[in-house]
Amino acid sequence: MESLSVNNLIGIKNLNINDIKLIFKTADNFKEIINRPIKKVPSLRDITIANLFFENSTRTKLSFELAEKRLSADVLNFSASQSSLKKGESLIDTINNILSMKVDMIVIRHPNAGVPEYISKKVDTTIINAGDGAHEHPTQALLDSYSIKESLGEIRNKNILIVGDIIHSRVALSNIFALKMQGANVKLCGPNSLMPKYIDKLGVEIINNFDDALQWCDVVNMLRIQNERMNKSFFPSLREYVKSFGLNYERVNRLNRDIIIMHPGPINRGVELTSEIADSKNSIILDQVENGVAIRMAVIYLLAKQKFNR
Amino acid sequence: MSQHILFNHSQVNICLERLAYQLLENHDDFSETVLIGLQPRGRFLSENMVNILKNKYNLRELNFGYLDITFFRDDFRTKSEVLIPNETNFKLNVNNKKVVFIDDVLYTGRTIRAALTAIESFGRPKSIELLILINRRYSRELPIQADYKGFNVDVYEDQKVYVNWSEKNNYVYLENIK
Repeated sequence: MESLSVNNLIGIKNLNINDIKLIFKTADNFKEIINRPIKKVPSLRDITIANLFFENSTRTKLSFELAEKRLSADVLNFSASQSSLKKGESLIDTINNILSMKVDMIVIRHPNAGVPEYISKKVDTTIINAGDGAHEHPTQALLDSYSIKESLGEIRNKNILIVGDIIHSRVALSNIFALKMQGANVKLCGPNSLMPKYIDKLGVEIINNFDDALQWCDVVNMLRIQNERMNKSFFPSLREYVKSFGLNYERVNRLNRDIIIMHPGPINRGVELTSEIADSKNSIILDQVENGVAIRMAVIYLLAKQKFNR
Repeated sequence: MSQHILFNHSQVNICLERLAYQLLENHDDFSETVLIGLQPRGRFLSENMVNILKNKYNLRELNFGYLDITFFRDDFRTKSEVLIPNETNFKLNVNNKKVVFIDDVLYTGRTIRAALTAIESFGRPKSIELLILINRRYSRELPIQADYKGFNVDVYEDQKVYVNWSEKNNYVYLENIK
């Protein structure tokens, strides 16, 4: 019988193509379930999951919480700003204390890259990475791929363009790993100052002219400018950024064909894309959010099952 | 593993005809009835029932779907393998309808218990009946019995009863699992 090749979800980099296929297949079932009149299944009764968010989040936190609740798990929510970390407790101590309360699984978001992996080596529990610094955000990449597959039928040989603040984006990195693994062609577009060094070593191409890039792509994933992670100026002005890399009606109209428009959220309307584009028929931004719950249910279900069979 | 055929193609087909006829006796024109094949194995029996009712008794408008109960099982912590679900192809309204669950073998009764929970997600049926091809007697772990039974079979714990479904050769066989 099929199972995942990993016991934790730290990053897409640790998965293989069969894992992704299994997660998608399981998510198909959960998507059907969350569209039923009663959207809950009793699978994870008596399993306790702690959501440890050391960084702000709306969508991801709600999506994980909803996924856990729809699987009937018990949920603990923890946010760093209201915790004893403020009193000087170390991260591992905090986690060990939470685990002593018989928690079975941890979903963690942390501003520092590598924290979920570090914890997975220090404590014996199942860890799901909900975003660590500029490293990975695996469930976002999975739901992005799942949404593309849902719209286009398949991912292999499709041209996917990721635009914007690549250097600060864990979504971009996880997406690159996931899309390349599934056989997509990936190009990145944005100002050079927002491109990480050596990113081309991952088999992606950098293209600076946004209009040329749009001509090439089937799907465009617009990333948010992460002002909170910028300690210096990466481009001359926001106005100039919008002029060069903002997606608007004129740009899309000039293509004379449909492309799929994605955004991991939260959107800065008028910056990465205009309201007109965000709400257009080609935008699958809200489908991404819906699929996020199904994908997270699948990941939690498969990892929980594995934990009890170890 | 040794296999032993219990019922051959013609015996199974006679039994299918009888089950369809018994359904017909209790469900009039089937307008208030929803037939549900329990995934994965009940799917084939339910398709056979639907085919007979449509082709032989000319019932064109049957309410029919498949239900997967994987996420409603009670062995999440004990089953050694990861439970991979099957498709639920079910968009029917079951509120106030007469639901018939269809599965091939009734053994411990736990699948049916899970199905009883699962169907609640879709509404509140007027009644629920159970149709099975093989009734494994003396092996029930829950107080669940079928309303429509094909064959009664008494076998040992270390034996499994399977149904082979194919258009030209439906048969029931026994396999020793040790």
